[in-house]
Amino acid sequence: MKEKILRIIEKNSKITPEELAIMLGCSAQEVEAALAEMEIDKVICGYPTLIDWDKISGEKITALIEVKVTPQRGQGFDRIAERIFKFDEVETVYLMSGGFDLTVIIRGKSMREVAGFVSEKLAPMEAILSTATHFVLKRYKENGIVMQNDEQDERMIVSP
Amino acid sequence: MRDPLNKKIVGIKPSGIRKFFDIVSEMKDAISLGVGEPDFETPWHIREEGIYSLEKGRTYYSSNAGIKELRVEICRYLKRRFDLEYDPLKETLVTIGGSEAIDMALRVMLEKGDEVILPQPSYVSYEPCIVMAGGTPVIVELKEEDDFKLTREELLAAITDKTKILILPFPNNPTGSVMSREELAPLVDVIIEKDLFVISDEIYAELTYGEKHVSIASFPGMKERTIVINGFSKSYAMTGWRLGYAVGPEVIIKQMLKLHQFAIMCAPTTSQYAAVEALRNGDGDVGMMCEAYDGRRRFLLHELRRMGLSCFEARGAFYVFPCIKSLGMTSEEFATQLLKEEKVAVVPGTAFGDCGEGFLRISYAYSIDKIKVALGRIERFINAHRQ
Repeated sequence: MKEKILRIIEKNSKITPEELAIMLGCSAQEVEAALAEMEIDKVICGYPTLIDWDKISGEKITALIEVKVTPQRGQGFDRIAERIFKFDEVETVYLMSGGFDLTVIIRGKSMREVAGFVSEKLAPMEAILSTATHFVLKRYKENGIVMQNDEQDERMIVSP
Repeated sequence: MRDPLNKKIVGIKPSGIRKFFDIVSEMKDAISLGVGEPDFETPWHIREEGIYSLEKGRTYYSSNAGIKELRVEICRYLKRRFDLEYDPLKETLVTIGGSEAIDMALRVMLEKGDEVILPQPSYVSYEPCIVMAGGTPVIVELKEEDDFKLTREELLAAITDKTKILILPFPNNPTGSVMSREELAPLVDVIIEKDLFVISDEIYAELTYGEKHVSIASFPGMKERTIVINGFSKSYAMTGWRLGYAVGPEVIIKQMLKLHQFAIMCAPTTSQYAAVEALRNGDGDVGMMCEAYDGRRRFLLHELRRMGLSCFEARGAFYVFPCIKSLGMTSEEFATQLLKEEKVAVVPGTAFGDCGEGFLRISYAYSIDKIKVALGRIERFINAHRQ
């Protein structure tokens, strides 16, 4: 049941426990218990909203930064990753295989702000060997949702 | 000038859905729960395979029965999913959707005056196809108290010495009824004893909620007298690709192939290549869609019952079939008024046979958000009209 709940709320976290219960053929209490358990276990880590900020203010800018670091004895990459993800500007941090070590995605008000963060905060960190900053020009799809989706239901309105 | 037309064709009633469609199409902002096709787009990996076949220049006719690769995959799929064994070369025909297969099967089997037992409510094409093939439809009116399943008694009562074919439309459009192995078994003896043939339309076979679909052809003694019809439209959300198939005894398929060859030539080649991909790598898509439909089905049933409509537990396809008799309106009145007052389109049960009177077909091939909005309007309508 947990997996079924997750597959539904992954697409639509606004759905109520009562509605979930109807859809899954169980009681609302069971759904609430499962949700609570998954929240405690951090299977569900939050219920954020996917926002297209471009429609509200053209000022926000997103950058993906490739970071090469020196792993530290005893702590690998975790310590340096933590130092990075604690900044509020940082949205996402991944440890990568391949040509660089960490992907850092940050969001700022302007290119200058992002550049400032990289040069003032990120690059000078002791363990960081190099950074390469890529600015995002357009967001097509995020978390499985197409951002500029103006597709309409093209089916005939009734059919046999 | 002479009458240019064939009287038999002119005499066939236009589909009840068509009539309703004309009213609906004038209303621009109507919400529809009226379609008989999935809301999902064809999964991209399947579409991509169709595009690739075009890029590769596979733009020619295929062999009449369909590309061999596809027929092999169809037979593997039927074995894997429904334990049916067919020869891809002699017992399999790829058609333009399930509809063509229904038409071809009836045309090759019926002689003038042969009777075909047709349970209703059911899909709109069977009756005209029987008539066009020279047969006589014998309607069996399925009942809500039997959950719209065909019973042994009903079957026996409909059989005469002219009966040749039984059409078995399960999982059913429009009722959502399915028939289990236990419910099919009592029919099998009758069919064999009375020497009938069966056209089993299993186009919704993948969309059952609860027990897995059972094909009547999997009963001992039934394979040699059953044409199984299936296709890609519903299970893989491929309605526009127009691709279906029939499997059955070689003697029948051979004649269907002959007709198909003269009337159609072959099913669209692009669609056939896409379908190979669907059968090889599409099980996950089917599972995902089926799970989504099931959630919506429960939601819709729960809400309609909460509004006080009796609604039997549909366990297949993507329709529910609530009873609106308590409101003192005919199906057509209800559907027309609902459209005018609340701008929600549903299909009157009578579009699927006279015995659909008093019922509506509501489709859940829509997102849950859309279903919620439509249900809100239906509830307002019901409250305004409750006597």
